[in-house]
Amino acid sequence: MKFFESLVISIRSLFSNKLRSVLTMLGIIIGVGAVIAIMAGGRGMENAVTSTLKDLGTDVLYVQPVNPDAPGAAGMSPGYAGANLTLDDSKAIARIPGVLGVAPTNENFVEITYGSEKINSVIEGSTAEFQTMSNYELASGQFITERHVASRDNVVVLGSKTAETLFGDEDPVGQRVKIKDKRFTVVGVLATKGGSMFGFSMDEVVVVPITTYQARLFTQRTPSGQDAVQSIGVLVAGPEQMDDVRADIETTLIKRHRIDEGDKNDFAIVSMDQMIGVFSQITGVVSIFLAAIASIGLLVASIGIMNIMLVSVTERTREIGIRKAVGAKRRDILLQFLIEAAALSLVGGAAGIVFGWLLSLAISFIATFAGFPLEATLSPVHVIIAVGVSLVIGLVSGIYPAMRAARLNPIDALHYG
Amino acid sequence: MEMIELENVTKIYRMGEVEVYALNGVSVSIKQGEMLSIIGTSGSGKSTLLNVLGCLDRPTSGRYMLDGIDVSRLDDNKLAELRSKKFGFVFQDFNLLTRATALANVELPLIYSGGRYKRVKAMEALERVGLGKRAKHKPTELSGGEQQRVAIARALVNSPSLILADEPTGNLDSASTKEIISIFRQLHEDGITVVIVTHESDIAQQTQRIIRLHDGKVASDGKADSL
Repeated sequence: MKFFESLVISIRSLFSNKLRSVLTMLGIIIGVGAVIAIMAGGRGMENAVTSTLKDLGTDVLYVQPVNPDAPGAAGMSPGYAGANLTLDDSKAIARIPGVLGVAPTNENFVEITYGSEKINSVIEGSTAEFQTMSNYELASGQFITERHVASRDNVVVLGSKTAETLFGDEDPVGQRVKIKDKRFTVVGVLATKGGSMFGFSMDEVVVVPITTYQARLFTQRTPSGQDAVQSIGVLVAGPEQMDDVRADIETTLIKRHRIDEGDKNDFAIVSMDQMIGVFSQITGVVSIFLAAIASIGLLVASIGIMNIMLVSVTERTREIGIRKAVGAKRRDILLQFLIEAAALSLVGGAAGIVFGWLLSLAISFIATFAGFPLEATLSPVHVIIAVGVSLVIGLVSGIYPAMRAARLNPIDALHYG
Repeated sequence: MEMIELENVTKIYRMGEVEVYALNGVSVSIKQGEMLSIIGTSGSGKSTLLNVLGCLDRPTSGRYMLDGIDVSRLDDNKLAELRSKKFGFVFQDFNLLTRATALANVELPLIYSGGRYKRVKAMEALERVGLGKRAKHKPTELSGGEQQRVAIARALVNSPSLILADEPTGNLDSASTKEIISIFRQLHEDGITVVIVTHESDIAQQTQRIIRLHDGKVASDGKADSL
């Protein structure tokens, strides 16, 4: 028998049992839908983080403290990392050829008040170079200057969202806000930048001079008693100088920190590309893990298909007998029921892809509405995998019922029921 | 020419511990173009004999020569091929696919035997049994006699050399019975071998030869008027 004829027979019999077919497909639709939504959402998250990081500039290296005694990558986590970078380290790095600028930066969360308005914001203690390095434009006023840093002025630059929350339509420049009960004069407002990092908007930020941050807001000292710096951003002249500058920073810091040969460094130099790679890996692993959990639904769906196919074979025993009596071979019957299971699963899978895509659009919409800009991205690879998986599920769950049908003895089948 | 030769054929069914001889040493030969009936009480083995003849079932022992080939040891696929090329079956309860039209039912054997012009051949077979006008009707929309005629058309569509009918009039009124029997007689006149299993002696009387089975053995085999 021709494949096409088997296909026609199978589709007809699925149509003659519409409600049952749809209910059986529902399992596959939900299973495939969940997996697709998670994969698309995960890819969207990855893209959002990557584009935010790229926006920070790719010609940038970050020097961070590391606890050399901590195991593995734990040494870089803020809880473990020692306080061992200083402003003097930062100045030494600034003198390296190929370095355009350095932005020693400390970071924390803080409450800012203006009159009765309050907002929790990320506070960055840094230098004038922070603006270039983080790609911020000014909306009004000025940024932190070298003079502000040198004289530890109580001045602050507000992110656009922070400014809007505190001041509304009022012009913030020249006004005074309170941070940790100290008065700061607003000298500038940043333009809206968009993007977010793990849910924190890049526009919900305030910047103060690093020296002011160290002396008046959050004091942390190195073992030798100097003010500590959490990270140093280094703007490199061009991508081709990246490797040289990285090597020079390493030798400079090894010398300054008196690290013996063979000992581990108490700092790490990370490029933006490396950070992008790490974040992509994290989101990738998380979405695969979630998809694996969701695919338990596919297993359940597969059992559902097998169940309904077994019922169908029993119900149609007489039909199978008739077909065999007029000349159907085992493989004709096998093919008919296999195609039926595969069609059930494939159509369910296709509907599942559409359902998953709609679901991920809904997730993106809700996430964006809640302030985490996310654009779910469905890649063709995911679609192909979903179709393939549906087909395999159909065949695997159809093979046993189909074999039972094919093995039926024509006489017993003809006199059944 | 001998078309079919059964030699000492037995068919044993196991019912738990007990062995039941449905056929117990049956030897029968059938010539090309004969029209005969197999009669006997229920349980005499007449349906089993028909199933063995039609290659729906294999004998437990003995030899079945069909056109000079021993078919008793062929595998399932070969038997399916034989059924599709040489035999046409007609059953007591019609055994039509209820969801398909008369035409689609008649087409069914052609799907498995392959070949072209399926629709045309199926239509020809329906016209041969006088149902050309009811091709698009489903079995539920047809009378019992008409359903059985569809079944006969289905049996005919592959141009078989042998038609096997198992109690073909068992579910029909006397008018339809007459119709069906006259169709079988027409097929016989066209040269097709017809074997009818029945327990009604007046139907058997209309065939040339009657084989009477008793307890799985041939009790008598001869001309209809000799009974």
